[in-house]
Amino acid sequence: MNDEYEVVIGLETHAELSTESKIYCSCKNKFGIEVNTEVCPICMALPGTLPTLNERVVDYAIKMGHALNCKINRVCKQDRKNYFYPDLPKAYQISQSDIPLCENGYVDILVNGESKRIGITRIHIEEDAGKLLHATSFEGSSLVDLNRCGVPLIEIVSEPDMRSSAEAKAYLETLKSILSYLDICDCKMQEGSIRCDVNVSVHKKGTPFGTRTEMKNVNSFSAAVRGIEYEQKRQIAALEAGETVVQETRRWDDAQGVSVSMRTKEDAHDYRYFPEPDLLTISVDEKRVEELKAQIPELPTQKILRYVQKLGLPQQDATIIAENVDLANFFDECTQKGGASPKIAANWLLGDISKYLNETGKTLGETKLTPEKMSELIGYIEKNTISTASGKKIFEIIVAEDKPIKQLIDDMGLAQVSDTSELEALADKILAENEPSVTSYKNGKTNALGYLVGQCMKASKGKANPGMMKEIILKKLGE
Amino acid sequence: MELYEMTAAQLSQKLESKEISSCELTKAVIDRINSVDEKVKAYLTVNEEEAIEQAKAVDNKRISGEKLSKLAGIPIGIKDNISTKGIKTTCASKMLENYVPPFDATVIEKIKANDMVLLGKLNMDEFAMGSSTENSYFNVTHNPFDLDKVPGGSSGGSAAAVSAREAIVALGSDTGGSIRQPSANCGVVGLKPTYGSVSRYGLVAFASSLDQIGPIGKSVKDVAMVQDIICGRDKMDATSAIREYTSIADSLTGDVSGVKIGIPNEYFGEAIDDDVKTAVMNAVHELEKAGAKVCEISLPSAKYALPAYYIISSAEASSNLARFDGVRYGYRAKDYTDLVDMYEKTRSEGFGDEVKRRIMLGTFVLSSGYYDAYYKQAKLMQRKIAGEYKAAFNEVDVIATPTAPFTACKIGQNIDDPLKMYACDICTVTVNIAGLPALSLPCGMDRSNMPVGLQLIGDSFREDKILGAAYAYEKLVGGFAAPAL
Repeated sequence: MNDEYEVVIGLETHAELSTESKIYCSCKNKFGIEVNTEVCPICMALPGTLPTLNERVVDYAIKMGHALNCKINRVCKQDRKNYFYPDLPKAYQISQSDIPLCENGYVDILVNGESKRIGITRIHIEEDAGKLLHATSFEGSSLVDLNRCGVPLIEIVSEPDMRSSAEAKAYLETLKSILSYLDICDCKMQEGSIRCDVNVSVHKKGTPFGTRTEMKNVNSFSAAVRGIEYEQKRQIAALEAGETVVQETRRWDDAQGVSVSMRTKEDAHDYRYFPEPDLLTISVDEKRVEELKAQIPELPTQKILRYVQKLGLPQQDATIIAENVDLANFFDECTQKGGASPKIAANWLLGDISKYLNETGKTLGETKLTPEKMSELIGYIEKNTISTASGKKIFEIIVAEDKPIKQLIDDMGLAQVSDTSELEALADKILAENEPSVTSYKNGKTNALGYLVGQCMKASKGKANPGMMKEIILKKLGE
Repeated sequence: MELYEMTAAQLSQKLESKEISSCELTKAVIDRINSVDEKVKAYLTVNEEEAIEQAKAVDNKRISGEKLSKLAGIPIGIKDNISTKGIKTTCASKMLENYVPPFDATVIEKIKANDMVLLGKLNMDEFAMGSSTENSYFNVTHNPFDLDKVPGGSSGGSAAAVSAREAIVALGSDTGGSIRQPSANCGVVGLKPTYGSVSRYGLVAFASSLDQIGPIGKSVKDVAMVQDIICGRDKMDATSAIREYTSIADSLTGDVSGVKIGIPNEYFGEAIDDDVKTAVMNAVHELEKAGAKVCEISLPSAKYALPAYYIISSAEASSNLARFDGVRYGYRAKDYTDLVDMYEKTRSEGFGDEVKRRIMLGTFVLSSGYYDAYYKQAKLMQRKIAGEYKAAFNEVDVIATPTAPFTACKIGQNIDDPLKMYACDICTVTVNIAGLPALSLPCGMDRSNMPVGLQLIGDSFREDKILGAAYAYEKLVGGFAAPAL
């Protein structure tokens, strides 16, 4: 990127809330079911039907508001956003216009180990639209699936506070991890649980902000990164060529890697917002706001701080664990209830456990591993009952099968020998059998030590405690 | 006296004592429909076979000794914008000509739970927009008192059917006077309940913040009886009020002594026909003679109610009627080139002129740059008007006004003059704007022998007071005249 320029990014993020039922009717809020099966007269907008608000949606949005340090409006309203499209059966979307449920918040993100505060303009509740199915088999026509109509959404609007695609990505990752910590969104990107519209402008440093474009159809975080990078290059090129950036809505075509103009400001929709007369004003009392606040768990940024400052984990490890609610909860249970050493627990999580999850595509919850068993296993290793190598063998079993660890150690004969006299006897035997190596060690070839310890391990069939073995050999070589 | 000429209250006793059966009664009313509806044209759909089946079922319940509602077995007609499961609900529009709802409106569930017999669906102005029922896509309904005249609207079919004795009672809907004005024109009693007292679930929306379903009957008691069963909290309608309701029909005593009646001078201006003023004031004096206290009051902002009403109602209508786009149900244009063309042709061909006029008006007042000047101002005015009424009800129990500025017009007289047509609502819209209950009851005839309506307006949820005063008047004058058909 041309260094003279700075990119300014603001994001509008839509997250589908994982409530049991839809926002304005009692249809189930489900993904991936047969088309037009979770529909009713209300979400199909048959004449005469009326919406009634699912209060859980308000609770979920308030939780997000708390997590993003927003002011929660005690009184707010819902509005109609009017436009025609076949996936919108009422021809208006019930949303919130001038008075959102939550506003004026912020979230701290971490980019390259540096913390940055991103302003949150507002969070409002609204309903999702249906889906159009285009296929040649429909003889040139399109079909509509209304299952998604009325799925509850929150729209989280950020301030234009991001200055790079990396910051935008970190912001999105942070939102995603907060949503999963609050357990209010499935966060399944491939199912469209989180989608965003990206606002981008560029300007020469020290000059006022440039004209922004809004990019729609951004369906993954990596697409957001590519879209931003494409858009900033495009805008800089335009300015460098003496052209102006046009205020417009563009569509991101991820397959082609380009953004395409959809409509300019002149043909922008006039949504004719007005207060939804079928629904009452939303009022939330102090008690409800406070109760919801009390339900907010420790969030990722707080966790990272605790892991680094109190538990001594490296920042990077702490971040990876904290951003994944499953890993973090597992880690916390291992270290708190299970009493495992934080560093060892973190090594397991980021090493063998992550490797297993990546290879199998499973989530932690889908394995047989529990924090109890993991801390038990770590305990055996810490107490030298088994070696780290044996621990890995046991791990491979207990991650897939529900078997008692103690019995596995016995059955597989993995218990380490830590009895000093037994080890000393073994050392004497090996040293006697390997005179040349002893001599070369004494002549300064220190790598002979490794060989000698290795021979001991081999003779014990790996059961000798390697640390103790090394000390004993050293001691005897020094005599 | 023929069965179809009797009131629901009278018929209820005869049914309860098994003097008559619902089947006999229903057949009598259907025969009446078959003999006079050719002239009146109140019905769009007559549910003949099912009505008789329903009547038989009620009779069987009664024979088996089941405890039944007072209205069990009484035939009722329904305005065609109230959803009836399995029965066409057209809103008198080409757009919904063949639309059959898969569910019942909450009021229909209540009607059925009370074992009332569903006679059929009644004509109206398309999507309840109009004051004459001339805006029906299907046909014009004729006033039973003078077949050359309109029945009023938009619930013209409902009022004409009750007036012509083609239904014992009927349901209408009232957004700006659509129950009261046709009731006045047709010489029957019509109640627009307090906003929020009757569920709107299943009523095809015109203006959501103003629409209310209400009863029309030949007598005040009949209207009270129907209101008693249709009111109540409905969890399907977020705007329905959470409160307890007590029977109004049981509270009617005929005693009006001490009731304070306010007369707002703003409702007796130049726009009001002299015969109407005279008839209304005569009725007020009757009540005064019976012990009511009459005083003048002022509602200075009333004159802004009509413009505020047309802004708010059209704005909401433009959004409510957007769903009629040809995608899922209802009319779809035959030839179109693309999506936008399909929308445009469907809506151009499917809606009538008045509906299109309101959609355009509503779209305009909500448009960016005009919202503050129109919609926002109208909503502010709404609050002011409601405040003036609130203050008035600190002084009086009931406010009496004409229901309409003039009696029924000739068919075709105002059809090309929307502003003249809109003026029909000048006395009624204020009530919707303020969310209050009001009823219209007959109070004599004008020089051409057409019925005049007296409007009684009450404070929120005080239907008992207006129905009480109306009941007293009905007793004083010995009932209301029927048309000679």
